[in-house]
Amino acid sequence: MLDIRNLQARVGGGADILKGITLHVNAGEVHAVMGPNGSGKSTLAQVLAGNPAYEVTGGSATLDGNDLLAMQPEERAHAGLFMAFQYPVEIPGVSNAYFLRSAYNEIRKAHGQDEVDPLEFLDIMEKNLALVDMEPSMLNRSVNAGFSGGEKKRNEILQMAVLRPRLAILDETDSGLDIDALRIVAEGVNKLRRPDNATIVVTHYQRLLNHIVPDFVHVLSAGRIVKSGGKELALELEEKGYDWIETPAEAVA
Amino acid sequence: MSSSIENLVNREYKFGFITDIDADAIAAGLGEDTVRVISAKKLEPEWLLEWRLKAYRRWTTMREPHWGNVRYEPISYQVQVYYSAPKTRNPLGSLDEVDPKLRETYDKLGIPLKEQQLLAGVAVDAVFDSVSVGTTYREQLAKLGIIFCSLGEAVREHPDLVRKYLGSVVPYSDNFYASLNSAVFSDGSFVYVPPGVRGPMELSTYFRINAENTGQFERTLIIADKGAYVSYLEGCTAPKRSTHQLHAAVVELIAHESATVKYSTVQNWYAGDEEGRGGIFNFVTKRGKCAGANSKISWTQVETGSAITWKYPSVILQGDNSVGEFYSVAVVNHHQQADTGTKMLHLGRNTRSTIVSKGISAGQGNNSYRGRVYVGPKAAGARNYTQCDSMLIGNRCGAHTFPYIEVGNDTAQVEHEASTSKIGEDQIFYLQQRGISKENAVSMIVAGFCKDVFKELPMEFALEAQQLLGITLEGSVG
Repeated sequence: MLDIRNLQARVGGGADILKGITLHVNAGEVHAVMGPNGSGKSTLAQVLAGNPAYEVTGGSATLDGNDLLAMQPEERAHAGLFMAFQYPVEIPGVSNAYFLRSAYNEIRKAHGQDEVDPLEFLDIMEKNLALVDMEPSMLNRSVNAGFSGGEKKRNEILQMAVLRPRLAILDETDSGLDIDALRIVAEGVNKLRRPDNATIVVTHYQRLLNHIVPDFVHVLSAGRIVKSGGKELALELEEKGYDWIETPAEAVA
Repeated sequence: MSSSIENLVNREYKFGFITDIDADAIAAGLGEDTVRVISAKKLEPEWLLEWRLKAYRRWTTMREPHWGNVRYEPISYQVQVYYSAPKTRNPLGSLDEVDPKLRETYDKLGIPLKEQQLLAGVAVDAVFDSVSVGTTYREQLAKLGIIFCSLGEAVREHPDLVRKYLGSVVPYSDNFYASLNSAVFSDGSFVYVPPGVRGPMELSTYFRINAENTGQFERTLIIADKGAYVSYLEGCTAPKRSTHQLHAAVVELIAHESATVKYSTVQNWYAGDEEGRGGIFNFVTKRGKCAGANSKISWTQVETGSAITWKYPSVILQGDNSVGEFYSVAVVNHHQQADTGTKMLHLGRNTRSTIVSKGISAGQGNNSYRGRVYVGPKAAGARNYTQCDSMLIGNRCGAHTFPYIEVGNDTAQVEHEASTSKIGEDQIFYLQQRGISKENAVSMIVAGFCKDVFKELPMEFALEAQQLLGITLEGSVG
């Protein structure tokens, strides 16, 4: 489903942060991308989502055979890519309900489907609100404005639930969450797992992976994947820290 | 700056065309003779001529104000033309007799002068350069006792009302531009709503400047008698011309006991080109008086045009428990400069006022909010809430806030909140990541920023404001 080959990217004209990432994700799989600060794991998420602040300098990335890197960010969203932001952005004066319905309808339009009206959309929302334990009143609040850290992250998962992406990338969704919020977010993600979608969990810590159990774990260091394995790799990292991972010699692309 | 933001703020001015029509214009320049000629052309009574002359004499002793945060070349008042009227067969006749060229002009502006084509529920007075060319729905309104006509007609047909109220809120000596207006005002709209009557539709005036080197000096007078309600809309456009044109209007509102006047403006005068050439100098005095107890005056303005805007719609809160409101969105782009805000003068007891000002600056535009909240010694229990927010688009524009607060009664409560933000690439990317196009993302962010003001606009105008700012208002209004 997602096919990343030798992807290289940088920010602001500096040196490459991603120095050749190769990763294959199939439908139904959950992949964890781990690594120390500055290893490039958030950059990978941003580049896949199409953040214009990042520049791709080499390699390729396709989603269901479509060239992701040639698409505008909204086209990637239409193709089924969703990123839960590490720092969800506040949009004052725009209600959550209006924002979500606009996003939902834009994606429907891109697939040649009719837009849903506000009443139909309310039905859809009701089902999804329960998933992340949110009150309907939050739909009338401005997007993320004045939300607590936990509310913002739950709001991200709510959007993911409504938009039903084919590929969800969770960018450090666990950062700044207390254990209860972490559990709610993780349960939401688990309930959204289907055989026809996939999830990439970007995280620094292993604790989220107690709740969202990955099929594969990849460790990033200095812009390269230096080790891949099963879920036990995350536990090993937790125990030994990142220092024991060495940059492998074969990583020269 | 992302290209979508530029596209949004750089939309071409759609109303810049010129109507080719013969005009009855007087020679350029200003003197007592000019004032007499204008008065004579309008067949005015002696008292009005005398009032104009007093204003003119006062004006000659006054100096152009320069305390605003705006910069421009000196204005030569002697090269302006102070009266220009389209030559028509019967400028004061019925709507059916409106000159086809004028009708076509208003059609192009989206303001058809045939009643059956009008936006449902809006009566229009169309002012072209110096004169009113037609007023719709007059008979229907007259059945309720509502007078809605050009000020010129009101002078002839309702002289007592005009004489009683003209200059009662903005005296002829008020300020440089108000005095100039009082001397040479040519036309404008007049509204009188009798006691207990609620205006059944929105009343509106559409101002169009056409002639070159001609200033527009209209005057609007609106009176809501005891318990009356009126909602009034004002729209304005002008052709693209390479020289600046002067627009110095005066608007006076009077709300008697328990009356409400709601006044909304979508100001879209030509703003000049990208280099700052041409455009309207908009120097306007707008003031309302809550004369009676429990009265209310509400100003809502969306200011997108003009090279320079100098305008402070204000409320004198004289009656006890009276309410004043000011909701404003001001947008500047390229080299536009706006110095706008309000004055809330609390004189009566338990008077309340609300000020919500949203400034959007783009290009090299400069936006200033200037406001004065005054609480007099007798205004026990007065309350004011002020909120001033500025949004910057790009890094060559400016936003400034000049609040003045004077409180003379220690039972008063005055609050002022202010914020400045930049439209963020991170906000745009966030919305794009959810499937929303860049252009819609910008519209959504700007609409969200302006929400508190747009929701105050009557529906018909909310739509115009939407077109004007290219904004999707759906869901963010109301």
